[in-house]
Amino acid sequence: MTFEPKIVGFLCNWCSYTGADLAGTARIKYAPNIRSIRVMCSGRIEPTFIMKALYEGADGVLIAGCHPGDCHYQEGNYKALRRHRLLKRILHEYGVEPERVRLEWVAASEGERFAKIVDEFTDQIRELGPLGIKDSLAEAMKDDIDPHEADKEESGVANEA
Amino acid sequence: MKLKGGIYWGAGCGGCDVAVLDIHEKILDVAEKMDFLFWPIAMDFKNDDVRAMEDGEFDLVLYSGAVRNSENEEIAKLLRRKSKTMVALGTCAHIGGLPSLANYHTKQSILERVYSETESTVNPEGTMPLERSTVDGNELELPRFYNTVKTLDQVVDVDYYIPGCPPVPQQIVNALTAVFNGELPPKGSVIGAGTKTLCDECPREREEKEISEIKRPLNMIPDPEKCLLEQGLICLGPVTREGCGARCINSGAPCRGCYGPLEGVHDQGIRMISALASVIEPKEEKEIDAVLDGIVDPLRTFHRFSTAASILRRKKI
Amino acid sequence: MSERIGVYVCHCGTNIAGRVDIDEVVEFAKGLDAVTLVREYKFMCSDPGQSLIQKDIEDGLINRVVVASCSPLMHEKTFRNVCTRGGLNEYLFTMANIREQCSWVHVDVERTTDKAKGLIEAAVRRTRLQEPLTKREVPINPRTLVIGGGIAGIQAALDLAEAGKKVVLVEKEPSIGGHMAKFDKTFPTLDCSACILTPKMVSVGQHENIELMSWSEVEDIGGYVGNFNVTVRKKTRYVDADLCNGCGACWEKCPGTRVPRKGNVHEKLSIGPTTSIYIPFMQAVPAIPVIDADTCIRFKNGKCGICAEVCERNAINYDMEDELIEFEVGSIIIATGFQTFDPTPIKRYGYGKLDNVLTAIEFEIMNCASGSTGGNIRMADGSEPKSIGIVHCVGSRDKHYHEYCSRVCCMYALKYSHLIKEKIDAEVYEFYIDLRCFGKGYEEFYDRLLGEDVRFVRGKVAEITEVPIEEAEKGKLVVEVEDTLVGKVRRIPLDMVVLCTGLEAHESLADIAGLCSVSIGKDGFIIEKHPKLGPVATTTDGVFIAGACQSPKDIPDTVAQASAASSAVLSMITREKIEIESATASVDEDKCSGCKICNSLCPYLAIKYDEEKGVSVVNEALCKGCGTCAAGCPSNAISAKHFEDRQIFAEIEGILSA
Repeated sequence: MTFEPKIVGFLCNWCSYTGADLAGTARIKYAPNIRSIRVMCSGRIEPTFIMKALYEGADGVLIAGCHPGDCHYQEGNYKALRRHRLLKRILHEYGVEPERVRLEWVAASEGERFAKIVDEFTDQIRELGPLGIKDSLAEAMKDDIDPHEADKEESGVANEA
Repeated sequence: MKLKGGIYWGAGCGGCDVAVLDIHEKILDVAEKMDFLFWPIAMDFKNDDVRAMEDGEFDLVLYSGAVRNSENEEIAKLLRRKSKTMVALGTCAHIGGLPSLANYHTKQSILERVYSETESTVNPEGTMPLERSTVDGNELELPRFYNTVKTLDQVVDVDYYIPGCPPVPQQIVNALTAVFNGELPPKGSVIGAGTKTLCDECPREREEKEISEIKRPLNMIPDPEKCLLEQGLICLGPVTREGCGARCINSGAPCRGCYGPLEGVHDQGIRMISALASVIEPKEEKEIDAVLDGIVDPLRTFHRFSTAASILRRKKI
Repeated sequence: MSERIGVYVCHCGTNIAGRVDIDEVVEFAKGLDAVTLVREYKFMCSDPGQSLIQKDIEDGLINRVVVASCSPLMHEKTFRNVCTRGGLNEYLFTMANIREQCSWVHVDVERTTDKAKGLIEAAVRRTRLQEPLTKREVPINPRTLVIGGGIAGIQAALDLAEAGKKVVLVEKEPSIGGHMAKFDKTFPTLDCSACILTPKMVSVGQHENIELMSWSEVEDIGGYVGNFNVTVRKKTRYVDADLCNGCGACWEKCPGTRVPRKGNVHEKLSIGPTTSIYIPFMQAVPAIPVIDADTCIRFKNGKCGICAEVCERNAINYDMEDELIEFEVGSIIIATGFQTFDPTPIKRYGYGKLDNVLTAIEFEIMNCASGSTGGNIRMADGSEPKSIGIVHCVGSRDKHYHEYCSRVCCMYALKYSHLIKEKIDAEVYEFYIDLRCFGKGYEEFYDRLLGEDVRFVRGKVAEITEVPIEEAEKGKLVVEVEDTLVGKVRRIPLDMVVLCTGLEAHESLADIAGLCSVSIGKDGFIIEKHPKLGPVATTTDGVFIAGACQSPKDIPDTVAQASAASSAVLSMITREKIEIESATASVDEDKCSGCKICNSLCPYLAIKYDEEKGVSVVNEALCKGCGTCAAGCPSNAISAKHFEDRQIFAEIEGILSA
């Protein structure tokens, strides 16, 4: 079976979510791998949300906001851009390919573009393979045990995997 | 009746124990209220002494240092069982501290670096530490070195946290006094620190921020009156809990974040990315990148003390 | 009270049910934490569908609601109202979009169903953590700002003024009237444009409820619905409007030349005085002249002063300066109109190089009785053309320029044919792609033209050239076109060619849109709130649109939209109060350390630093709820209500779990 990536989208209400809706209204088909969360502005999207999504099992994260100059709240998208540029710089240190987190500008009129981006991004992530943060963490910690542990009684709290 | 107390150090530098001693003559007041039945750095105790105690016999255990190997974990679990109240003392126990920077590497890569690659290492035989080895017919065993450094609460249930690398002595006194007087906040709270970020106790003047260049302390002499972040220095004060008295700031050095994040902040370093990037001035990608180029090693700068407690916790293997 | 969530899964006929296994989704939702009941229904948005929810709330079965149906942009309001009617705070409700972003866009039933489950789980988890928010109301200032004094702005302003409401009409040109004031006749009825427009312009100028600011531009807009603060730059006219009586002595005597008086007929095309002190056309409202400082001799070398000398009322004042005027309004109507496409980049049509290739607007002016040719159709050399070609779709329906249809060109092209036939009976060719005669009386007009001996050639013109191949082409413009009905390339020699240049968004529109926080589409026009159901509203409450700032429109449609916009404003003003965003940001003063990082983040200047308390404070009346400050706050002291970290975290967990 081919690997089907899980992609979380964070879409701003006014441009990108509306654009994604337009893809729907126009019945443009695209990969079902993306599941989107609506926020009012791309400026609301904290890098923490992205890390959380990666931790919870996302193989890729798409952030989408209004084109520069078109932000419904004037400048929120610039903040999203700056946070994105900085976040991208650290991802590889976690062993996460920076391409897994993508920022795109999608206007309310760009339903077709949204669909195209999702398809492209899905293919790209499929190529990269699963991220599997939780599995990797479990793997990294599987030998982190006291060799004598088995002989002893369990204490209050077990390892968090 | 006198209370029974214990202090232990896991993967740490011992600075927290020194901080306890740095409460100076107040240590006598503490000794009046509490007998130390276990404090390996200061006095001679055996682990078996602890094993021989009743469960919950310690009224208070202060555990400093991260959990880095099987011995740290074993003693953490042992002390947890034997204590009524267990406090994570210092940054390492609280959020992983400097030792957890190792989480950006693997056990294997660290051992290789230390035992063969460093410029000062001479090890032609390629000797590596072994968990078990035989010396003169005797089998020796070392604790298992972990792949991932953990915070204390990733291993055992923790009642309170006293942050700081090291904690300010007076804050230790305050925390101990609270314990002695039974004036403790709800379980899981941070004690011996404030509830706002460092900016609250920072004496420097602050304005609205628009950062167009990021600098390093070695390249400039900062204005002593003004907010360091506004001067382009990466100061983690905005994402760091107050309580240290702005020690570094008062010496002209930016905050590095040892007191950890505030309540409700899920990831101190990543939050700093959000806050800092928000006030970078340019809007064009290239210009933004040019400003960000000024941050040397951003991840370790933002997560210097909190890697183990960060959302992803370690580098993916 | 613990959370009891009701999940309502909508089939939307087969729109959702055709692609999503409803039974499976229902079973799945039943298993989610805090979900106490799950219902499915054909159309949740129908009356019976809404009643289902309302009854469950009223019966006390549930205290939180998740509706899995279409997009929240479609029906969030509908279901929020249902909650309110049932007595539940509307913010304890979430919509899971399993139509626009699920069933309509995916093919595989199993995977579409899985996605629907994820979206529902995300909604359920988030809803558990949602908090009731109180609605806030603000009073509405009954005064309205209308930006743009073309026919759209004029109509909107008059409608409001007639209803007894105060209007400020801001026009950047010296006179209102817009494009319509340049036209001679209007299709399809051939009314005289001036005859129907002038009375309206005069009413605007005289109306006690309309404050007309011509030769003025909106410089800044702040505030929010019901309470906008507007700054207008009143550009200097160098003429005191209070003293001037519009006698015209100044422009009659002015030696300056704003429009060249030399050159060929086409280069001199104009309406109104061509002098440096001028009114744009004779029916101008207000009839107060403006000095064009770029061409005025006085401003060039200080040597003139004739206008001041001849002005009996001493109205000329060369030292006058721009004025900034601030005022408050409750609503804004954007009616900035369009500009016409500049065909210069289409090199093969030769505009700007070939004499006798004109744009439509130039041809309009040539036809205008009060224009420089007196309404006579003339070639550049002043002679009467014997044959004229009319080229459709210049800049419109063209992927290189504007993809859209400009909607008015076919009809004005037919009008030109008629005028040409009527005035000079020249030979006329219409080069068209399709004739789009969709409005009332339009097809009939086309039919009439078919009887007026106009030649219709179906084909996109390839080139206009003056290089002859045959004898008959010498000294002519040759239009090369594939006549697609005959299936042949034809070369047609003509005396004059009119390019039906399309309508495009005005170059200033993006700035105006920015000031009003409304969005611009990829065609350059303002995006309306809903293409079908919200054509006059925008995504910013209190800002409405009329006319060609939304898309190309003819006069009837523009007037209709202008009246619709004014009626929308009236309905808002009549309510006297309006609800504003409840999902704002707020600062927890116990957590805020006053780091001031958020202070520069708010585009609405809603965040201020309280020196006394040493904390930052959000003015919730100004906050529009974007959440940027919450994301930037390093200490989690700012929460974006309804989009709190913990709610979004729950949503992330939910969306990834199924």
